[in-house]
Amino acid sequence: MKISMIKELLEADIVCGEENLGNHVYSACGSDMMSDVLAFVKDQAVLLTGLVNSQVIRTAEMMDMVCVVLVRSKLPTPEMIELAKESGIVLLSSKKRMYDACGILYTNGLVGNKLRS
Amino acid sequence: MSDLLTFHFDVDGDDFTSAGQASVQIKKNLRQLGISPDTIRRVSIAMYEGEINMVIHAGGGEADVSVSEDQVIIVLKDQGPGIPNIEQAMQEGFSTAPDAIRSLGFGAGMGLPNMKRYTDFMNIESEVGKGTTITMKVNI
Ligand SMILES: Nc1ncnc2c1ncn2[C@@H]1O[C@H](COP(=O)(O)OP(=O)(O)OP(=O)(O)O)[C@@H](O)[C@H]1O
Ligand SMILES: [Mg+2]
Repeated sequence: MKISMIKELLEADIVCGEENLGNHVYSACGSDMMSDVLAFVKDQAVLLTGLVNSQVIRTAEMMDMVCVVLVRSKLPTPEMIELAKESGIVLLSSKKRMYDACGILYTNGLVGNKLRS
Repeated sequence: MSDLLTFHFDVDGDDFTSAGQASVQIKKNLRQLGISPDTIRRVSIAMYEGEINMVIHAGGGEADVSVSEDQVIIVLKDQGPGIPNIEQAMQEGFSTAPDAIRSLGFGAGMGLPNMKRYTDFMNIESEVGKGTTITMKVNI
């Protein structure tokens, strides 16, 4: 799924990374606990989270994730925007709640991913 | 034997916002060395988890990374409270993190298990009241 599609489906605003909206994501993960996110290996994934601090973007960067969606209309901190720009991560903000946002992406064909054994 | 590259970082225990900077830097350095993305990801995640642990559980510490032809070795050393029961700490879901840390997105009790999962070798040396030294190795 293209990131631009995620933006549309979640009626999200672009915070930064507009130039990378054409990139594809192949898996997704929704969590407010960063070590839960780090337990799953995924390629070109999107992270959905209601957590707002710089470690969200660092976690995404460590995982080589390409997009972060802040749910429940959360606004990113200036540090988050700075870090996302540096690493080319598309940062989106959506009004949807976590459950709904995940459900919408899932039913539109973006599945989760397997636990690394 | 090829040259050994070494990197040293002081990890500030008072600054949650900048925690993880050493891991970000290592990730950049390894990229420049042309190491495979999968290996880099494993090293960065394991080091990041360890770095965050030093910040939230031990008041900071030091990170030393050395890169040789076939291995990346990460040593994380702190003078924090130590880990009384390492076996228990290694279990998924075990955490002593207070609510304040949980609200920052940490304290799932997944960090140490992740570090073990992503590395080829991990050893924890810890003494209560003295500190903790964690050594991890990832084969290239
Ligand atoms: N460097 C350290 N110094 C002292 N105690 C530590 C250290 N690292 C880990 N611990 C102890 O081991 C426990 C488990 O660590 P682990 O990283 O697995 O989970 P966590 O840090 O609590 O949560 P998470 O990593 O999921 O955010 C911690 O809650 C803490 O009690
Ligand atoms: Mg941890």
